[in-house]
This record gives sequence, C-alpha cells and structure tokens, in this order.
Amino acid sequence: MAIVGVLLAVAVGLVVFTVMAFLRSSPPTVDFTAGHQAGAPVDLTLQTVGSIGFGPHPSWVSYLTLNPEGQWVHTTLWDLPANTRINVTVDQYDGGSPLRNQQYGQVQGTVGGEATLNGKSFQVINANAGNGVAHTFAIPTLGISVPLYANNGSSNLCAAAPCTFKSPHNIVKFSFMTPGPGQYPWQCFLPCGLGYLYGNGGPMQTVGYMDGFLKVVA
Amino acid sequence: MSEGGETHHFRRLIAIWVVLAVALDLAFYFALGPHIPPGAMTSSASGAQFDFNILFLIALPVVLAVWVYWAYALIVWRGSRAGAPEPEGGPKARGHFGIQVAWIVTTTVIVLGVFVFGTVELIVPAGAGGGEGQSPIWTPTSHDVLPVQVIAQQWQFIYRYPTFGGFESRQLMLPLDTTIAFHVTSLDVIHDFWAYQLGIKADANPSTDNVAYTTTQQLGSVTVRCDELCGLWHGAMYNFGRVVAKSQFFAWAQATEHQNAANTKLLPPFAYTYVPDANGANGGYYPDNVDQYSKVETYGAKNPDN
Repeated sequence: MAIVGVLLAVAVGLVVFTVMAFLRSSPPTVDFTAGHQAGAPVDLTLQTVGSIGFGPHPSWVSYLTLNPEGQWVHTTLWDLPANTRINVTVDQYDGGSPLRNQQYGQVQGTVGGEATLNGKSFQVINANAGNGVAHTFAIPTLGISVPLYANNGSSNLCAAAPCTFKSPHNIVKFSFMTPGPGQYPWQCFLPCGLGYLYGNGGPMQTVGYMDGFLKVVA
Repeated sequence: MSEGGETHHFRRLIAIWVVLAVALDLAFYFALGPHIPPGAMTSSASGAQFDFNILFLIALPVVLAVWVYWAYALIVWRGSRAGAPEPEGGPKARGHFGIQVAWIVTTTVIVLGVFVFGTVELIVPAGAGGGEGQSPIWTPTSHDVLPVQVIAQQWQFIYRYPTFGGFESRQLMLPLDTTIAFHVTSLDVIHDFWAYQLGIKADANPSTDNVAYTTTQQLGSVTVRCDELCGLWHGAMYNFGRVVAKSQFFAWAQATEHQNAANTKLLPPFAYTYVPDANGANGGYYPDNVDQYSKVETYGAKNPDN
C-alpha cells in the first residue's frame, strides 16, 4: 500500500512539474542594454520568415532577432534602454497578402513618421496591390506600426530560418523612441497563422513567433 | 415581556432606523453621489451614476433595517443583561400577521419598483449606453448625430469617421455637447468596446453592427478597454480618447483626414460590417453591404448622400 502511495505521489509530482515547466517556458530575452551608453541609439535587427524550419512548430511563420554577438536568436523578447532611439532593420523574407485592415498599411509612430523600403522612403503600402504586405511590426500602446512589404509569393522563398540575403528579401528600416521603463507588447497585425481559423491562431497567439515584449529598462 | 414592552422596543427600533436611514441616505446622495463612477462625462455615464445612486438609496435602508435590529438585539436582549427576556421557541413561538404582510408587501414593492425603474432608465436615454444590436429600437431624439465606427481587431481598436471622408484613426476623439452613434464591429473574434468614462459598453462581433448611443457633456480623457477575453494580448487591448471642444474636434478631424488621405483612399468603402474575402485566413476584409450610414448621422458630413 505504501509503495502504491509513493508511486502515486511521484506520478502527481511529475505531472505538476511538467505542467509548470510548460507554463513557465519562455523564449530567451536578447539584452540590448549591456554596455549601452546613455543617449546612444540601439540597432535592432530582425528577420521575418514564412516557416521557422525547426523547433516544435517548424511550419510556423516567425520573427527572429539578431543578438549583439551577431547570432540569430528565435525570440521576440528584448531588453531595451529607456528614452533611447531604436534603429530597426527588418529583413523580410516572407510572401504576402492583403491586410485585414488597410489602416495598418500606413507607417505611424516612427521617427519622422516614415520608414524605408530597400532604401526608399515610404509612408503607405497598398496591401491590395503588388506583392501585398507580409507582416506588420506594431507596438499598439506606443502608437507604432510599420507594414512590411512582401516578396513575390511565387519566387523561391526562404523556408527555414535563419535566412540569408541569397533568398528573396526586402529590407525595411525605421526608428522609434523607447518610452520610460515598462513592458510593452508588440505584434504583427496581419493574421498570418495559416491553417488556423481566419489566420488568428498558432504563431499569432504565441510569444516568440509573431508577438513579443519590449522590456524597457531604466 | 408584556405587550406594552414589545411595542416600546418596536417603536424605538423604527425611530433609530428612520433617523439613520434618512441621515445616511441624504449624506450619501449629496456628499458621495456626485463622485460615484463612471462620472458625468456623457448622458449615459451620468445616467449610470444616477441609477447607481438611486439603487443605493433604496438598498441602504434595507441593509440598515437588518443591521439596526441586529445591533439592538445584541445590546438590549443579550443574555448577560439583567432583566433580559428568555428567548421563546418551539410551540410558544408565534407569528405576527401584520409584520408578515408588511414584509411581503414592502419587498414586493421594492423589487417591482426597481424593475420598473431599471426598465425606464434603459429605454428613456436611448439604450443607456449599451449595445442595442443592428436595429436599435431606442434611439436619440437628436437629428445631428456623429457616427463613429469602432473596428476591433486582435488587439487594437480602430475608429472610423464616415462623415469625414471615412478616415480611420487609433485615437478616439469626440466633440463636446454632441450625440454620438457608436457602430461597433469586429474583424476577427468577439471583443467588447468598453469606454468606461463614456458609460458605453458594446460587444464587438464579427459581421455585426452593434449600435450604442450617448451624448457628450463634459470635456475629459477616456480610457477604452476590451472587456471580452480575446486572445494573447487581450490585457493590452486598450487605448485612450478625449472629449474636446467642437472647434478642436473639427480641427483634429480635418487635419487627420488630410494627413491620412493617401491611406484612406485605399480603405474599403465605409460599411457597417466587413467580411473576409474568399481567401479566408490571411486575406483582407471588404464591406459586406454598400449602405451609407443613416441619413440622420450626418454630423460634419460633406454631403455624403448627394
């Protein structure tokens, strides 16, 4: 009887440990504050890929982050210094579609109210024309939103991260100012969770793929 | 205890209760009442405040009746007190027909009164700020209504102003002393548009135009939150708005219309609801009807129906 009790307790413990480990799991946070000098801008380089190609969901679309050591990290969590200009570069490797709401085709909240696409300044992308929009980079609580122009869907798009410039890509650059300390969620506003109802599931609902946090620290 | 003694206690209880109820009701209504949320920024907010205050005025004497009797019994009839009567129970216990009738009549009147009061307060102020669905039966009397479309999408509210060229904005700006018709809809899952200080709360359902009315009557800031669990960033689905002077509103609307003109012309024509295109997931949304907004909702419009 005692042995059964012990085995039962061990089994319950394993279940609890597994559930807690799952619930507490989180992508790594890339730290851009170490060694940062006050007033100096921070360069944040990202890439978007149509299918991450590894991990538990290899077919999911995702963002990746280039850490200060120059390595691509599968995460959407960043430590950023407060009240600092962040120069963002997005290497966009995915195909596109219309936006659910063309309002997100407009650049908003960036320094100067604009962004550049392959070196050319732009303020609006018509998501119903050309290649459409692949994703957006948006921080709703800060009023920031930038559409990422898509690549031709019929071209040989990169299918596994990290992608390189050998694959079709667009480079979108913009800058924004971080506010005071706090956590600010950011996300893509184009429902890109293919295979899920109206594209809203999977990577659209998972931190580390199309959602993340700016952890702004003093 | 003699019959005369019981009457003495009863009268004393009633006197204590009446004095306390009147004093606390008056103190609440005049001291706290004007500060009860959600304030008085709009007709529906002040209506909600008034309703809450009235319900409190009704409920307070009921609570006091229980508390006063409870305290009186503890003090006057406690067992250790000299001369306290022995409690009666079992076969000796008897009912009091008059008190029973009074109790039933009083509680019935209160409940039915609250029912009638609540119903009237829902109808008279054009729905009291709640979503009335696609065909509101309680509409405002004003014929100069500003339509504002609230478009919810995981996880942000966007506001569309059909009488100003149909531009969209992430800011909710409203003019003072104006009746507003909020047309609330969603592009994906069910959200809920809750503008607390405005006294407005309406579900945002896909393919549904949920209409809620209010009239602005105070300047100030507004916090809008989603009040329906809608996914990962539900907790971050909030933004802010302002009620401003009419001149300031017109200046903002015209400036934003001009500023967003390049993007506004790419938006689908204004419609009460939008549906996904044939691609379903990943695709854009398009108007599911071509109806113009109501002909009475022409606030600031540049001849929208001509």
